[in-house]
Amino acid sequence: MELASLSANLLLISFIAYLVATLFFGGAVKGAKSEATYQNNRWGTIGIAITIIGFVSQVGYFITRWIASGHAPVSNMFEFTTAFGMMLVGAFILLFFIYRTPSLGLFALPIAIIIIGYASMFPREITPLIPALKSYWLTIHVITAALGEAILAISAVAGVVYLLKNVDMTKKSKERFWLEAVVFTLILVVGFIVSSTTFKVTGYEAAFTYVDQNEKPAQMVYHYPPLFGMHQYEALTPGAMEPWAEMPAVINAKTLTTFVWSVGTGIVIYLLMRLIYRRPIAMMFQSFAKKANSQLMDEIGYRSVLIGFPVFTLGALIFAMIWAHEAWSRFWGWDPKEVWALITWLFYAAFLHLRLSRDWEGKKSAWLAVIGFIIIMFNLIAVNLIIAGLHSYA
Amino acid sequence: MNKIKCQCGHDNPFGTVLCESCGRPLTEEAKKSKLVDMRYEGSSRRSQTYKRSIIDKIWNFFSSVKIGVSIIVAVLATSAIGTIFPQKLYVPFTAEADIAAYYERLYGFAGVVYYKLGFHDMYSSWWFKILVGMLGTSIIIASVDRVIPLYKSLKKQRTKRHISFMKRQRIYGEGPSDNPDEALTKAEEKLKALKYNVKTEDGAILAEKGRFSRWGPYVNHTGLIIFLLGVLLRGLPGFYVDETMWIREGEMRAIPGAPGYYLESHQFILENYTKEEAEDVFGEALERVGMIPKNYQTDVTLYKTKDGLPGTADLEKVEDYSIIVNKPLKFSGYNVFQMDYRLDELKAMTFQLTDKASAGSLGEFTVNLVNPEKTYDLGNGARVDLLDYYPDYDGIENGEPVSKSPLPNNPAFIFKMVTAEKPEGEKSFVAIRQTLETEENNYKVNFLSAETRNISGLTIRKDKTLYILLLGGIIFMIGVAQGSYWNHRRIWIQKGTDGELLVAAHTNKNWFSLRKEIDKVKDFAQLPNYEDRKDPESNSQKEGDKA
Ligand code: HEM
Repeated sequence: MELASLSANLLLISFIAYLVATLFFGGAVKGAKSEATYQNNRWGTIGIAITIIGFVSQVGYFITRWIASGHAPVSNMFEFTTAFGMMLVGAFILLFFIYRTPSLGLFALPIAIIIIGYASMFPREITPLIPALKSYWLTIHVITAALGEAILAISAVAGVVYLLKNVDMTKKSKERFWLEAVVFTLILVVGFIVSSTTFKVTGYEAAFTYVDQNEKPAQMVYHYPPLFGMHQYEALTPGAMEPWAEMPAVINAKTLTTFVWSVGTGIVIYLLMRLIYRRPIAMMFQSFAKKANSQLMDEIGYRSVLIGFPVFTLGALIFAMIWAHEAWSRFWGWDPKEVWALITWLFYAAFLHLRLSRDWEGKKSAWLAVIGFIIIMFNLIAVNLIIAGLHSYA
Repeated sequence: MNKIKCQCGHDNPFGTVLCESCGRPLTEEAKKSKLVDMRYEGSSRRSQTYKRSIIDKIWNFFSSVKIGVSIIVAVLATSAIGTIFPQKLYVPFTAEADIAAYYERLYGFAGVVYYKLGFHDMYSSWWFKILVGMLGTSIIIASVDRVIPLYKSLKKQRTKRHISFMKRQRIYGEGPSDNPDEALTKAEEKLKALKYNVKTEDGAILAEKGRFSRWGPYVNHTGLIIFLLGVLLRGLPGFYVDETMWIREGEMRAIPGAPGYYLESHQFILENYTKEEAEDVFGEALERVGMIPKNYQTDVTLYKTKDGLPGTADLEKVEDYSIIVNKPLKFSGYNVFQMDYRLDELKAMTFQLTDKASAGSLGEFTVNLVNPEKTYDLGNGARVDLLDYYPDYDGIENGEPVSKSPLPNNPAFIFKMVTAEKPEGEKSFVAIRQTLETEENNYKVNFLSAETRNISGLTIRKDKTLYILLLGGIIFMIGVAQGSYWNHRRIWIQKGTDGELLVAAHTNKNWFSLRKEIDKVKDFAQLPNYEDRKDPESNSQKEGDKA
């Protein structure tokens, strides 16, 4: 237990460090006249130093939790997503040392913060492993795949910086709309974190019995006021809210409830921001991207795909096949999670080939990077929560 | 076809855009353009040169990157559609009608459409296979189309390039120099320090590094093709075995798909995490989720027939092994995996023969439910005959009891009880919690206890293609690493006609990193300023710095 609480504290320290480092990168970008002068800016140096401290602390979290539980801490949603956030920061540090650009940090760290915040909404206790997950290959597979995905995700961060700098937000356009949509999606994640934390703090609980897909009785506990009821539900908790509607057996009404609450909260936050700011929210972030060099962001975007693609292939496909062969006796089973790893891989292969022709540099390439990140997130979140397969966690 | 002779004297193959040797533009289009297209070094490619016959057209179709990307996206999209609803493989039914009903029951109309279109079995559908086939074809043709010309032109390049080639590079600079010869010598020194291969010729330098990275795509495509071939081979008999077997504790069975091998199961074990052992660390999780399994295991002994003959007469023990999830039993190319289990199948039942009136026992007997005996002698003239046995009793049809299956799920018996008092015997029908008598008997058979045992579900796999797949994977990884982690950079420096210096550079990717290296050389050797013609932002910044 000692080790487990040490581990939790290390994670908290890293979370705070990333927040502080973001401010310093902000200072670095604000204080500089142009890309050329801010490359060796003091604020930037402090920013990266704090980022590294945070990263080391998070690696400490990872190792101590590993020791405490006896297995690699990538076995449920909380652990895996946290590790993904950690690797995102690691990938950023790597690219920072190649290109020395604080603009990247100013956007990469907040994304990592949101991801770690998102992860913390899932049950955080240490879980023992079921037999199929007890394998060195699994550990190697998951860690390498997450690392590859994190490096690939940096290309989306560079892409967003590129777009914020190069999309004209003063005129109505498709690009403006979609860029605002990207920002809106991030706010929805914040909405999830806010609403989930609120109900956690108030300790809300409502239990139901229901009939599952295979027509067997089952139980479910909601942590949000139930907007939607499971198939043929019956309330167990007296005084809990009566669901608005009952869902068919294939729909997980609990997940749907969480989703609707998060989206609702996100929309409220977004509208409040719009009310105060009175312009598209993306414009608010635009000033932070002004000083980035477009060519440099384009190159970082491409470079991180080049670095991440081989790592992803190794982790998400090759090691995954080796593990699947050991655990389930077949190296490939067309399980949704596997298929989505393949889709991600094909997508980035397409990206690399499109880059061979010149007219796919710049904006188009930046959009592709953003779409790639959406696919990765879809695989990480939606496939786990919605299309449950063999891999579904917790 | 005719060769194209360049002014420098080199004979280029028909279709060449930039002279393989000196780099002069050869086509009108290339002469007019401001920046030269350096892809594949402007070499002659079949797909760009021949466009007439059907074969040319097919060749050109598959060698186009646009088409290649379209095929990749098509595979991607079909794969994604296959994940909307579960695939057939994950549906808990095997009969087509049941499967169709399953989709309809769970997903309604959308499920029916999904099933009717065959999307429920996407990855074995013919159109998916054709798409993958086209992908393979495209990779092969596109690679062959490019690799040979690329190889030739990279091999033949001259150190001294024509001015028109230099001027059309993305990175280019020219300017006067006080001492061009010294600048060249210093540049050479610095370039060597930066690990470039430097060649000189008559007042010109060609510094090159990472050329081998240009072969990366071709290596990785080769890996992919080997992998796809491996997948194709599994269709051939002998390369791939995939069987399942159920084996009971204490049973010995031939291993399906592996002739001559037998497996004996001693025990199947299922363990859950207990509160005690995991209290500190996992307590919270166990509290929330309930039971979490810790281990599935079958303890077995593997046997082999001595001379490869079938039959159990002549068995030789190979080894004892515990098959655990993630730890298959391996022997001569086969793997036996722990896949499934069924607990507590009835194995034997013990009964007692009693006198109804006195409730006294006349003795006990045990019926083996897989292989029951006909009579059980209890001594003292008492005997029970087993007249009929229904292992999986399913009610009475047409006055006759029936059995659903040969598995002892719900055993029922017709006993004849022979005693000193009733030597001609009394008949009784005995099932679980049920006894029927045709007429009132004096004796009855009482159920005392049952013995159960577990069954292990095992999967037997043999896959000779695994090594081919692994080889493909390794070659692919070498290829992508080669092409992604190294870049091909070239820097040309040469003296102009009036003692000025010209600098040009090219890389296949990562121009920033190339510029950083040129800057180092420039500062050391006093080279002229240069421009990156595709990055106006940095160029203006540099000028800003100077001011
Ligand atoms: C899933 C399948 C494929 C994968 C994983 C793959 C992978 C790659 C990779 C990693 C590169 C190197 C890219 C770079 O370094 O920028 C590459 C280059 C290339 N690929 Fe593919 N490829 C695939 C399919 C195809 C197809 C179908 C074509 C057909 C047109 C194709 C044609 C090319 C070409 C022409 C190059 C550039 C070669 C060069 O730069 O010399 N590839 N491929």
